[in-house]
Amino acid sequence: MNSLLTVSGLSYRKQKSGLFSNRELFRLSPLSFELKRGETMAIMGENGSGKSLLAKLLVGVLQPEAGSILLNGEPMCDSRQQRRFSAIRMIFQHSKDSLNPGLTLGGQLEEALILNTNMSATERKRQIENTLVKVGMLPEHQYFYRHMLSEGQHQRAAVARALILDPQVIVADEPFAALDPSVRSQTANLLMNLQQQLGLGFIFISHNLGIVRHISDRILVLEKGKVVESGKTEVIFNWPKSEYTKRTIQAHQELISGQ
Amino acid sequence: MPRPSFYQEEYYPSPMRHTWTDFQRNHIALAGLWCLLFFIVAAFLGPFLVPYGPLQQNTDMLLLAPAWNVNGDISHLFGTDSLGRDILSRIIHGCRITLGTSVILVLIAMLVGCSIGAYAGISRGLRASVINHLLDAIMAIPTLLIAIIIVAILGTGLLNSMWAITLALIPQFIHQTRDLVRREFQKEYIVAARLDGASNHRLLVKDILPNMVEVLVVQATMALSVAILDISALGFLNLGAQSPSPELGTMLSEALDTAYAAPWSVALPGAAIFLMVLSINLVGDGLRTALKNRLLQ
Repeated sequence: MNSLLTVSGLSYRKQKSGLFSNRELFRLSPLSFELKRGETMAIMGENGSGKSLLAKLLVGVLQPEAGSILLNGEPMCDSRQQRRFSAIRMIFQHSKDSLNPGLTLGGQLEEALILNTNMSATERKRQIENTLVKVGMLPEHQYFYRHMLSEGQHQRAAVARALILDPQVIVADEPFAALDPSVRSQTANLLMNLQQQLGLGFIFISHNLGIVRHISDRILVLEKGKVVESGKTEVIFNWPKSEYTKRTIQAHQELISGQ
Repeated sequence: MPRPSFYQEEYYPSPMRHTWTDFQRNHIALAGLWCLLFFIVAAFLGPFLVPYGPLQQNTDMLLLAPAWNVNGDISHLFGTDSLGRDILSRIIHGCRITLGTSVILVLIAMLVGCSIGAYAGISRGLRASVINHLLDAIMAIPTLLIAIIIVAILGTGLLNSMWAITLALIPQFIHQTRDLVRREFQKEYIVAARLDGASNHRLLVKDILPNMVEVLVVQATMALSVAILDISALGFLNLGAQSPSPELGTMLSEALDTAYAAPWSVALPGAAIFLMVLSINLVGDGLRTALKNRLLQ
């Protein structure tokens, strides 16, 4: 089976341009990976290791310095920006901040449909309601504003926003970080179910090794902008190679056996 | 299949509605709003209701005291001035001129200022800076001084003083809008909307404007009270509206000659200006508090 998303030689450099010299703030060394349909990949790493940066590069918030991103074998460049926006969707770390306080949930979901599809008003409404039901909310929630929803509902709304355009890949930046354990497992299960139903490729960033082990097929470990380890989840959990991975996995094992 | 209704009331208050509910809890601000509404209604309907024209002279009754005075007459409720004109009619016409022109010039200043500010907010680098500080020099000079300069060039008149005040009000709208747009553009919901494929223009109109309206309204109320004070101050200094016109500031300066003989002809137009500015400030303050409460929750 050929891959859904192919990333090769992707690199990025964050610079602070001064008057006389350009100071390099951060560098993401060239990295490559492939993601198959229905596969889940977790990105791990310390704070400031470039995880969020990688997510932003994938969805197109930032432009890479070099390298290519291929979706179904087609390159994603500026001229295909619109297709990329609807094919690769992002779930933000702070889902509350990613919702507009001045618009209803339905209004924001509709905006995505208006900009990316040719649906009529009634079709859009049906699509919004279907998507809300799919993520476990009620159709009535489309009339709700951000401040009326709970934290877990914000998360679901963010998932709905990602799903509404029937994407092929979802990139999630720590989607579980700010949630309490019960909502966290609910959201994780929700995403896994949706992935099975829709055959999405799912890339997510997480610090939570329990969830990573539970839902991901493969792991990519970043350290200071470099890939230090990548491979199947079970392999990495049983035979970690890099210092950072060894440490975190050991800490995780101790935590579990201690319970 | 009819969808079951899970909520007892199908009512979804918008953020703007929230601010309004919060505003209503502040009784003083609400009183200010009623007072302001009274002035607006007076400005719109008053001239059709008052018995005398603003320039109509009743030479039999010069400097008549208000009706509640022993020497007063009920036919002239607020008395008459030194030329026998009915003060109540003149004040009501004056509300129309003073409040009306102020509202118009605030709207113009807001429109121009917000457009420039929004443009400065979405552009980057030197251009943004130049646009942003384009009219800053005006802020350094007091409004009245600008007005005097403009009046010196173009001559006196209500229209010229309106130009001066509009010009003086624009920079604060530019700054406010630019700061707001800048700040909102940093937020994650804008990144999310951008990933939906929205262009800068669309982001501004569809995503940022709904979050900006209330702040702009608060700013506009503050500008309105400044505008009223400036219009009447220019009228008082004989630089704005000219003598027979029933503009409130002009009325004050006219009545100043007979202030000892007929204090009411100064006090009543002055009270009208005072009440107008007070009510606008109360409304503005109430709105600002309500907005702050909503943004804090």
